[in-house]
Amino acid sequence: MQTGDLSIILPEIVLSVFAMAGLIAGAYGGRDRLGPAMIWTTSALFAALAAWIGLQGAGTATAFGEMFTDDAFARFAKVTILLSAAAVLLMGKGYMARCDLIRFEYPLLIALAAVGMMVMVSASDLMALYMGLELQSLSLYVIAALRRDSVRSTEAGLKYFVLGALSSGLLLFGASLVYGFAGTTGFAGIFEAVQGRAPVGLLIGLSLVIAGLAFKISAAPFHMWTPDVYEGAPTSVTAFFATAPKIAAMALLARVVYGAFGGIVGDWQQILAALSVASMFLGAVAAIGQRNIKRLMAYSSIAHMGFALMGLAAGTVAGVEAMLIYLVIYVTMNVGAFAFILSMERDGAPVVEISALSLYSRRSPTRALAMLVLLFSLAGVPPLVGFFAKYSVLLAAVEAGLVWLAVLGVIASVIGAFYYIRIVYIMYFGDEESELDAGGSTVLASFLVVSAALMLFGLWNLAGIEGPAAAAASTLVR
Amino acid sequence: MTAQVLAFYLFAIACIAGGVFTVVARNPVHSVLWLILSFLSAAGLFVLLGAEFVAMLLVIVYVGAVAVLFLFVVMMLDVDFAELKAELARYMPLALLIGVVILMQLGMALGVWTTAEGVVLAERPDSVAGVGEHNTDALGRILYDKYFLLFQLAGLILLVAMVGAIVLTLRHREYVKRQDVVQQMHRDPSATIELKDVKPGQGL
Repeated sequence: MQTGDLSIILPEIVLSVFAMAGLIAGAYGGRDRLGPAMIWTTSALFAALAAWIGLQGAGTATAFGEMFTDDAFARFAKVTILLSAAAVLLMGKGYMARCDLIRFEYPLLIALAAVGMMVMVSASDLMALYMGLELQSLSLYVIAALRRDSVRSTEAGLKYFVLGALSSGLLLFGASLVYGFAGTTGFAGIFEAVQGRAPVGLLIGLSLVIAGLAFKISAAPFHMWTPDVYEGAPTSVTAFFATAPKIAAMALLARVVYGAFGGIVGDWQQILAALSVASMFLGAVAAIGQRNIKRLMAYSSIAHMGFALMGLAAGTVAGVEAMLIYLVIYVTMNVGAFAFILSMERDGAPVVEISALSLYSRRSPTRALAMLVLLFSLAGVPPLVGFFAKYSVLLAAVEAGLVWLAVLGVIASVIGAFYYIRIVYIMYFGDEESELDAGGSTVLASFLVVSAALMLFGLWNLAGIEGPAAAAASTLVR
Repeated sequence: MTAQVLAFYLFAIACIAGGVFTVVARNPVHSVLWLILSFLSAAGLFVLLGAEFVAMLLVIVYVGAVAVLFLFVVMMLDVDFAELKAELARYMPLALLIGVVILMQLGMALGVWTTAEGVVLAERPDSVAGVGEHNTDALGRILYDKYFLLFQLAGLILLVAMVGAIVLTLRHREYVKRQDVVQQMHRDPSATIELKDVKPGQGL
């Protein structure tokens, strides 16, 4: 170990030291009185780190014997993760305050989860991957159960924990089989060892690793926990679950399949394509009957992960680029949508029923309009940015020769459009006047409006994310 | 050599038997005791492999701490294990079927197990560590040097576990009197004790 190694992981070190200093300050200082200040500080630090990482020059550096890689792909993912975490943290502050949930540990656990996510996207070793994943997951289990007086929240935390432990077990077993074949846990070593025809044992290991990671992104056969956890967790925590951890797990999956198994693309391509189809259809069909908007967003996130997986399944540079663009757009839309959901309340109490939105457009025309733009974008209706996200992954799949996958994606997208547009219908042509409060915090309103505006005005050049995404994709695919 | 083989079979059989009885024992306390037997046998297997440090860790951490904690939990919590087992029995046929299928698949995979070219399987841990080197030394060296990053991350994970346990369970109740050492030491007798001269035959 050298000081050079430490300078490469300096952003992670800064964030960990901040979290530890914050815990000491909280424990010996003002306890939960420090909560609001801690949320602001953590958010500001996230934004500062994102700027720092984003402004670092090009180039690839590895640390700790190639366990940790800092390249354009990792930096792209880290900036997205940190910015979305900062936004969601600020958005949730008012909700947490009203539910009396502002504990000083809450932003610090999110900071530690962010450290885990940053390690995940930089991991180039199976062990570093597992450490990052567990650091992130363990923090998420705790914040899912943060509202400990509520049975639902506790159940959400427990369910997430038990199923998460199972998926970690699958991942570890798969990793041990891969290690048994390649004789090394480093991605570079595995890449060299795994070329051409893969033996059965290695394939089982690969499938188990992908299954473990698919649980974390809630892809279809491993999605069971998602609706219950999204519904049970406090809404601000749900907003966090739907954004940063998804990017981290998706980026990690991309890094594993390309970094370690880039020599056997055909073998994992079929697994990812199957996961993608299952997720898209399940997300589209199961969301139709939902009455609770948080459950609906859970199924929506499953469907969106299916589309992102389609980009990954293409197995090309263009596919990875499309996946990264898709994730950034997905996160932007979700930040806006959750800003809207967080501001849904009646007489100061949070409301999650979709039926409560009836004729909301008369109560609050601006917000209803912003949500309309976001919902159309989530559905992938042409003039909006959400359409271009779907278009780029479909194009990548077609170019890679997966025409059947692209066709199924279009069908699922059309089915899925129904439930997004149903919300718009209820907001504009419902039966009775909505009883939701028209006011609300300016923070939430500004996030909602900015996100909706991005969906309209991001059409020019996709707000400049294409260049960095292409650079990130080309460093990953060898 | 024969003594070693004999010891191996003894520990291996005890390990598997312990595992089986952990699952089938009716009394949960007996289950935990069987589990301890299983851990101890596994530790014995590690000693036979020449990995004495891992063996001692298993005894100290799993037997000494985890199993004893299990014992406390089992004895203190009023969990109706018979009911849980009845629940389990309903899913048993399906679970057995899936288990057998997975076992056969793994058996097939391991039966034709190959490694990548140039990968040599080590016979014993000490053939990897330097000659004449204690494997505690070898583990310590790679843990604090090569795997420094992983070691620190493991520390962070444990920190999250601790913070999580506190966040989810600690409550500051108003009516609970906590010990405050500084306040105790600065107690002044003149402020808290009042001497009264009580006359005989009269109350206060």
